[in-house]
Amino acid sequence: MNKSIYMDHAATTYTKPEVLEEMIPYFTTHFGNPSSIYSLSRETKKAIDVARDRVAKAINATGNEIYFTGGGSEADNWAIKGIASAHKHKGNHIITTTIEHHAVLHTCEYLAKNGFEITYLPVDEYGLVSIKDLENAITDKTILVSIMFANNEIGTIEPIKEIGALCRSKKIFFHTDAVQAVGHIEVDVKEMNIDLLSLAAHKFYGPKGVGALYVRKGIKIDNLVHGGGQERNRRAGTENVAGIVGLGKALELATQNMEENNKKLVYLRDKLMNGLLEIPHTRLNGPRGENRLPGNSNVCFRFIEGESILLMLDAMGIAASSGSACTSGSLDPSHVLLSIGLPHEIAHGSLRLSLGDATTEEEVDYVLETVPKIIQRLRDMSPLWDDYLKEEK
Amino acid sequence: MYSEKVMDHFTNPRNVGEIVNASGVGEVGNAKCGDIMKVYLKIEDNVVVDAKFKTFGCGSAIASSSMATELIKGKTVDDAWTLTNQAVAEALDGLPPVKMHCSVLAEEAIHKAINDYRSKAGLEVWDYEEHDDIHGEVHGE
Repeated sequence: MNKSIYMDHAATTYTKPEVLEEMIPYFTTHFGNPSSIYSLSRETKKAIDVARDRVAKAINATGNEIYFTGGGSEADNWAIKGIASAHKHKGNHIITTTIEHHAVLHTCEYLAKNGFEITYLPVDEYGLVSIKDLENAITDKTILVSIMFANNEIGTIEPIKEIGALCRSKKIFFHTDAVQAVGHIEVDVKEMNIDLLSLAAHKFYGPKGVGALYVRKGIKIDNLVHGGGQERNRRAGTENVAGIVGLGKALELATQNMEENNKKLVYLRDKLMNGLLEIPHTRLNGPRGENRLPGNSNVCFRFIEGESILLMLDAMGIAASSGSACTSGSLDPSHVLLSIGLPHEIAHGSLRLSLGDATTEEEVDYVLETVPKIIQRLRDMSPLWDDYLKEEK
Repeated sequence: MYSEKVMDHFTNPRNVGEIVNASGVGEVGNAKCGDIMKVYLKIEDNVVVDAKFKTFGCGSAIASSSMATELIKGKTVDDAWTLTNQAVAEALDGLPPVKMHCSVLAEEAIHKAINDYRSKAGLEVWDYEEHDDIHGEVHGE
């Protein structure tokens, strides 16, 4: 068995060769500290500015609104803690959702221990936030709304433009964790009235450990990382120059080919999703069509448990992920699957297959051949399946 | 994360299935927690002549069921009763701490099946400790 099919692009992507190629000189020849004044360092400083402009262009911002960070989680932490701290005199209320990434959820829990009040908006069965709920949750103490652009598990794309318009009209800051969206779908911070936005390079074929926070010009935000004067005194620490260069290049590539790539991805995704749904007692998690990330598929198979599915898929050369308790590292299955109303026993049987640029139709076909056999094998071992069959009789 | 033994018993589980007219059946766990084990025993002359299982759960739950049923086959009922979860885990070359509860489930399923046999045979059931909240109590965290 030497097949190797990677279907976990929502977890991370490989770094594209052309991205790596552009990064390498910044480890070897152009290694100067960007803060130094000699000519060796001017090269590196320039490279950071080029990357900054590339990021700005991709989301319709300007370069001086982009701050590089050590990844998406840092950007989320900074956005939320930084706004909370700088604007606590205006209010102590923050609104988010129940399906956010833990970088947002745990940051909000931390703030809740420090005097902030957090409202967690529910989502519907497809994972969508309701604008009406958001409007009703806003109080005169609300200083920040943080709602993800697109969900990492079930691929739901939230109504960001409507959320942005509402927040702007109420003069409340709007942060969006766009880690799954940037480089994959259209993001326009101006048109969507986004005040702060987090992104991470490794989700769009850049390197790991580097991300960025967009902060709309003129917004006051406290620092998260204190120290030297890097990033215009906003984020201390010698810049991860090669990483930043890679982020910029990867995002430029991702936005250039977005429409074309997405046509292919949507075709493959729908073929995969529809094929999986032919397996009896299988349900789709997340929406269909335009409101779903092009590369995301997520289903639940009844009567079996997700980690077993992943181990069997791995043995067949397929890398995937699940929201079962055994894979989430906690006692409960994924908070996202519970939030869309799934009972625990069904949420345990989830499988996420996330496709990427290199995914081929042959790979999708192989997965569709393999998965039903694995599901049947595990069901044949499951007492729940037995019980179900007996009830049927 | 898993030992080769665990992977072997997960990939090629021994004793999967049901025993029709089993001498004793024990089911433990619940679907909400993500693991259910059902053990079937065939007992003749106080000896476990066959053991089979059906399990809903993760890799270590399936491997623990497979190993536990292997370990009690051919044993007297009294010996089978003394099988501990540690023995199951050790026979699998260890389980990750968060998965130790899977071996506990296997031990309990066997206890329950033996007591089912004993009560059907008109014998006194033996005392054992059943964990109501197995994850909370035995999760190694």
